[in-house]
Amino acid sequence: MEKLQNDLSVVERTADVLQSSATRRKFLRNAGLTTAAGVAILAVGCKKNESVAPAAGTVDLGSGDVGILNYAYALEQLEAAFYVQAVSTPYTGMSAAELSILTDIRDHEVIHREFFKAALGMNAIQGLDVDFSKIDFTSRASVLGTAKVFEDTGVAAYNGAGKLIKDPGYLLLAGKIVSVEARHASTIRDLLQPLSTSFAGDDIIDNNGLDGAKMPSEILAAVQPFVKTKLSGANLPTA
Amino acid sequence: MNIFNILSEIEKVDGEVFERLDHISRRGMFSSFSRKTAAAAVPVMVAGMLNKAYATTSGAIDVLNFALALEYLENEFYKKGVSTVNLIPPTDTAVFAQISKHETQHVNFLLSALGTKAIAKPNFDFTAKGAFADVFSNYKTFAIVSHALEDTGVRAYKGQAGNLMAAEDKPLLQYALQIHSIEARHAAIVRRLLDARGFVPGAKAWITLAQGNPAAVYAGDDNLTQGGVNLKGLAGKSDAAISEAFDEPLTKEAVLAIAGPFFA
Repeated sequence: MEKLQNDLSVVERTADVLQSSATRRKFLRNAGLTTAAGVAILAVGCKKNESVAPAAGTVDLGSGDVGILNYAYALEQLEAAFYVQAVSTPYTGMSAAELSILTDIRDHEVIHREFFKAALGMNAIQGLDVDFSKIDFTSRASVLGTAKVFEDTGVAAYNGAGKLIKDPGYLLLAGKIVSVEARHASTIRDLLQPLSTSFAGDDIIDNNGLDGAKMPSEILAAVQPFVKTKLSGANLPTA
Repeated sequence: MNIFNILSEIEKVDGEVFERLDHISRRGMFSSFSRKTAAAAVPVMVAGMLNKAYATTSGAIDVLNFALALEYLENEFYKKGVSTVNLIPPTDTAVFAQISKHETQHVNFLLSALGTKAIAKPNFDFTAKGAFADVFSNYKTFAIVSHALEDTGVRAYKGQAGNLMAAEDKPLLQYALQIHSIEARHAAIVRRLLDARGFVPGAKAWITLAQGNPAAVYAGDDNLTQGGVNLKGLAGKSDAAISEAFDEPLTKEAVLAIAGPFFA
């Protein structure tokens, strides 16, 4: 409990830094939230004059760079929740090495999630309800197979979203995170098929040696079965 | 940018590079090698896509030639490594053959995107002026150089993404990101091999703080400040975990300082 409170206080401290300092102004200015230029960026990010109103109970990720950040935040929430569960209820026969790897990955995803939450501040979408009913957390094949899908999906999501980002600082941030997701994907794939070509397998890498890249609409459709909360990317940039 | 610009940047950290590359300078950048290789390498089915991804802005040509120089280096390194008898143990040949295949694909892809603007292939010294003298006779040295090249590649592409944000470069930005994450997949598996083979006990797929050798490859990777905010203590996680969660970029100058000694 004390640790949890420490965790919370750190999150609050981070939020405080974002809320109160010059850093916040810079960060939010980059996000296009505080200045006239920011309004222009948001307008560019939304092709229609009015944003698409989400259906009741649907979480709208938003538009422009904020929308892309919320899109990333949603994916990181999903990944973090998955690894928290995978580590707290280890599958049958999980080796010490595997536990260590999954614990590291859990920490990375929780850090990504909390970073986006703090960075987005008031603009952050709500915490999502996940649906892991299709995952058998007692089964190595089920857990690692799901991890593989999530990591490959994360890589393709960031790779596809890069060109939709307006702010160079956010593009760099996405780059800093996507290569870590790729390291995860490579590692999970190697746990499933050790010392094979699977770490960067022909099933996912094309004939030009290029990794996956997918648009938000495709990614959101793929992950929706794992999220009870209905997500809408209708106002996200498409080019 | 052409090969001369790249070399002049290398020269800042390696004063003799022009003498060693003199033959390339004379041969010129529009060598028939580049054009023939590009034409032969492009499968017909993707030719249409590549035309759209053709580098036209000077910024994109700079970035892609910088990337091509690194991919030439990696491609030659792995071609030599996988063809050297008794260097890579049978357990690990599938991994390195796959990496080698991708680097060849990356070279061909960049040659296609650059067309006549592509730099010619330089000559290489994989001992890096003697620093890795037994690189093709000692598997440990080979694996160490491999992971350093891959981690450098990840940081190099990351550092250039912001130079591909012009509207006409957007397709190239995506392709660069798609190569970037492949380099990260490569780096991860080789780093795990360093641990599994006892070369660097405890090595992880991800970079902890600024740990690793050569030190220049990992300089600054212990950064905890993201988006202008120091994340120290975030979610109760350690500095090590926070640093692992974000891979840091390198400037072109820092990359060339690392790669320079590998140019013959």
